[in-house]
Amino acid sequence: MALIEIDGVSKIYPLENNRELTAIDRVNLTIGDGEFVSIIGPSGCGKSTLLHMIGGFVPCSSGEIRVRDVKVTSPGPDRGIVFQHFALFPWKTVLGNVEYGLVERGIAKAERRRTAQAFIDMVKLSGFENTFPNRLSGGMQQRVAIARMLACEPSILLMDEPFGALDAQTRKILQEEIRELWQRFRKTVVFVTHDVREAVYLSQRVVVMSARPGRIKTIIETGLGPDASRAAIDQKADELWDLLRDEVVRTIAEERPVA
Amino acid sequence: MMRALRVPIFYLPIFVGLLLWELAARAGLLNPNLFPSLGDVLIAFVRLAEKGHLLQHAGVSLFRQSSGFFLAAAFGIVSGILMAESRQVRNILEPLLRATFPLPKSALIPLFILWLGIGDAAKVAAVFLGCLLPIVVSTYNAARGINKQLVWSAWSLGTPTWLIPWKVVLPAVLPEVMSGLRTALALSFTLMVSAEFLIGQRGLGYLIATLGEDGDYAGMFAAVLAVTLIGFSADRLFLWLSGWLLSWREP
Repeated sequence: MALIEIDGVSKIYPLENNRELTAIDRVNLTIGDGEFVSIIGPSGCGKSTLLHMIGGFVPCSSGEIRVRDVKVTSPGPDRGIVFQHFALFPWKTVLGNVEYGLVERGIAKAERRRTAQAFIDMVKLSGFENTFPNRLSGGMQQRVAIARMLACEPSILLMDEPFGALDAQTRKILQEEIRELWQRFRKTVVFVTHDVREAVYLSQRVVVMSARPGRIKTIIETGLGPDASRAAIDQKADELWDLLRDEVVRTIAEERPVA
Repeated sequence: MMRALRVPIFYLPIFVGLLLWELAARAGLLNPNLFPSLGDVLIAFVRLAEKGHLLQHAGVSLFRQSSGFFLAAAFGIVSGILMAESRQVRNILEPLLRATFPLPKSALIPLFILWLGIGDAAKVAAVFLGCLLPIVVSTYNAARGINKQLVWSAWSLGTPTWLIPWKVVLPAVLPEVMSGLRTALALSFTLMVSAEFLIGQRGLGYLIATLGEDGDYAGMFAAVLAVTLIGFSADRLFLWLSGWLLSWREP
């Protein structure tokens, strides 16, 4: 069943002297309920923008996005999001951050404490409830952001390069944890990354976007089960990298200043 | 032991300065008619305080200063945030801000007296206007530079748009707002005294002016000392409050 339908979506930014920049060009994509889909592409290909449009933070220039047959016009609690740089409320403690969405929904104090605590425990931050974000490492902050998102029980998780700002070891651990979480809850995940192996390891389908203007170049089914071997993941990642490589090279060539 | 000594050591240069002042006066280096000794100033201070004068005038001044300051804080924070959020508000207020930025606010005091009379209103207006600018500017700049993803996060967690300024923008800009408020607090005492110099029968500024005119320089110094003490205490109180409100920033 299609949960998210991206239907002929473009994003065009007006520039000075009547020129425009097409960031995303007529993208069509359908994402099923409970699916884990990654979007990869060279920097500036509009993959994050596409995610922000699903979130309802950024309007489409043309085309439309539907979630459960309803056109997306604004953000909603059915779509949770985590960002590369966490975007935690620095003036709130870990508990305050995780509880935030529950407070907004008017849930009674005792119940929201219980719920928030359960999610804090789930992301292994027990004991840090009253700590402020700036006293936590990057990996811990991203765990708080994940707990804050999950506490609202969204049916769609939007993840915008969530591990891009973390060191390699922390990233690996969090990748394993996200995979476990997904296998447990089977929520729909749209995951933007530029890490090919990460995309293969986590997702069922990988959407490869072209260099600007961002179009869907191809969609790959990873076909890897939960206990895929390291070799199988590596092989698939190499395959994907071959597809992406041209786009990355093209992006780098375009960014080079003309002599 | 070292912790207990930190504050006295920090302020040591002041005590040394006061000591040099007293020694210079006793050694006859200062003209006693123009530059009274510290001892004379302290005696005058006690004399003014005993008669209840000092407290009365200080009360009047503090009322004017705090009314102007708090009005400016409320109005300045709200308009700073609105300017960042709304293009229309920005189009109206930004030119006004730019035009009034270099204007010395004390130059307007005579006008306020003309319009609002010689009572409290003109003085409160002078303090208000002087404090407004640093508060608006610091709030506006901070609100404009706010991390958009904080707002997006709040949206996706269910905060309605109309509550975003209160729930996200205000706490996010608080550090910059507090430093703008601190600048405004210092300005508020300057403007209070300047406005009271010009006209009126009450207030510490009036007391300084009138004692000076009467040639009671020790008394004048005592009144200046009172303003200094009040301003200093207000700043310390503000810093304490600020540290408490922003405790989440401490590493």
